[in-house]
Amino acid sequence: MFKILRLAIKNLLRYKRRTMLTGLLIVVGVVAVIVFSGLSGSFKQAIVGQITDSVLSHLQIHRKGYMASIDNLPLDRMMPSKAFEKLEGLLAGVEGIEAYSPRIKFGAMLSNYTQTTNVRLNGIDPEKERLTVPMLASRIKDAAHDDVLLKPGEVLLPEILAKGMDLKTGDTVVLVANNKDGSVNGMTFMVAGIVESLMGPSGRDGYLHIDDSVALLRMEAAEVSEIAIRVRDFGSLKAAAEKLNGLTAPLTNKQGGPMFELHTWEQLTPFYNIVRMIDIMTLGIRVILIAVVLISVLNVMMMSVYERVREIGTLAAMGTRPGRIMALFVAEGICLGLGGALAGSAIGAGILWIMNLTGVDVTFGGNNQVFTLAPSISPTEVALTCLIVLGVSVLASLQPAAKAAGLEPVEALRHV
Amino acid sequence: MNLVEFKNVSRSYQIGEVSVAALQDVTLDIPQGAFTALVGPSGSGKTTALNLIGCLDKPSQGEVMVAGQAVSGMNRKQGADFRGEKLGFVFQDFNLLPVLTVFENIEYPLLMIRDMPKHLRHPLVEKVLAAVSMENQADKYPAQLSGGQKQRTAIARALVGNPLLVLADEPTANLDGATAKTVVELMKQMRDEFGTTFVFSTHDPRIMDQAELTFHILDGRLMDGPTGAKEVAHV
Repeated sequence: MFKILRLAIKNLLRYKRRTMLTGLLIVVGVVAVIVFSGLSGSFKQAIVGQITDSVLSHLQIHRKGYMASIDNLPLDRMMPSKAFEKLEGLLAGVEGIEAYSPRIKFGAMLSNYTQTTNVRLNGIDPEKERLTVPMLASRIKDAAHDDVLLKPGEVLLPEILAKGMDLKTGDTVVLVANNKDGSVNGMTFMVAGIVESLMGPSGRDGYLHIDDSVALLRMEAAEVSEIAIRVRDFGSLKAAAEKLNGLTAPLTNKQGGPMFELHTWEQLTPFYNIVRMIDIMTLGIRVILIAVVLISVLNVMMMSVYERVREIGTLAAMGTRPGRIMALFVAEGICLGLGGALAGSAIGAGILWIMNLTGVDVTFGGNNQVFTLAPSISPTEVALTCLIVLGVSVLASLQPAAKAAGLEPVEALRHV
Repeated sequence: MNLVEFKNVSRSYQIGEVSVAALQDVTLDIPQGAFTALVGPSGSGKTTALNLIGCLDKPSQGEVMVAGQAVSGMNRKQGADFRGEKLGFVFQDFNLLPVLTVFENIEYPLLMIRDMPKHLRHPLVEKVLAAVSMENQADKYPAQLSGGQKQRTAIARALVGNPLLVLADEPTANLDGATAKTVVELMKQMRDEFGTTFVFSTHDPRIMDQAELTFHILDGRLMDGPTGAKEVAHV
């Protein structure tokens, strides 16, 4: 094998300029794939991280039917306290769940005594919420407390409303809400911080203590809208979701249907479409790479066979078997592809390393939030790119190599 | 003992709708160890005869036996193996691989065809390099050699595997008179040293008389009998 590769390299170096140009095309293609994959991967990670770690969490469990009318924040489709207790018992037994947080979601009127507007509110257990969506704390500006998100009697207001109503930390506001029976209740709260908004409906969400929500909605016992769940390993999210689904499936309502529904973050946010778009673009770049390698290698190898017909005839006349002649040309394709893939990977990884050192700032979200990306690519992905290039190089070499191996020696020797 | 036997061999090619007879009803025998010339003008059928002996082509009619084996019955792989083991080739245009040095060109048949290990092939290469007086040029590439040196290298490459038969198609056509004579003398010397049978084609009158056995071919037919030590051919 080594002797074939050695001869293949010598033959490639025979036409240095052509080999360099073709190799350069492959290098550029591989660099494009690696840099794009690194950037898009980190961008994707940043978006998903922001959304799951500061708002949604990884998984959510609702009472069956809640999701269908989630935009109305229905109070009549909450989990009864007994059902919630059952779920808590189940969650405690599931390996891989890091934290969970019950939420009471409802709509209310927010007043600063001069103006009134509507607001979406989340009644939370501050400690459980902090553990479930750890980046929420970083989105709170002018926070009243460093150690807790909020205390009973306090509210975190969305930035977009706070600005409009000229509210700041320490101000007093009134929240008025209807409970599920239609009766109205109002309570006074102190603003404990302003929550920076993200894109989407969650951008208008405020937070208050779960006990205050129970009091404001005049619940006899806490009824929960959703349970947000954080898994320990994001990569094993699907497995955790399947396990939870299996555990909750036997729990049925009075009609005999499933009592709960479980959704992963992909099903809860339109950002998943952006993530999918990024994946499709990455795939598109890979397809372009495949086309570049295929056309480049095929072109070089066809030229090579055409220019060396007499030489192929000589090799065959001396007794070189057709299979070995084919191997010689396939080896040239492999060397070309491998050289380009390795050089491209090294250059691509170098560019990502420099980007990591300098940092790449990206503006994202309704508030023009700036993320500093840390582009990186896994060794598996680099290896996969190299394997694709190698595989396509072999594929592109096969036809010219088969042509070379199939040449009749006597005709090849006559070729001028 | 005959190394090559032609029995009523004909070879014709189809060019469009016309059938062109390159060889017609040729019967000849070449004994082992003979230094043999196929002589005739361009297009007479010398190269076709060499191609048939070299298992590069198959007869349209008749039978070609080389070293006791029928050439026409061999498939491509068998033909390649037979050539790699029993035959050596010398070409008019030398046909050296330009990316390999003199040493590597000579080494090629042992390395790439016979898969011989280094400790066995290097002494063989060095032996033939010395025999053709090219040991000082071993590291040079074909582009750095004169025509005579290239043909010496080609002869060494043909001989390195110790073949039974070396076929040389117009080996002196691209050489000046003095070099041509030297090359033919070298081939003869190699025959004496290695016991290899040489069959070469030529239309150069200056080297025809070097052959011990000469077959005259004209328009695809063998003319008269062979001239030389022993009458072994007849039409």
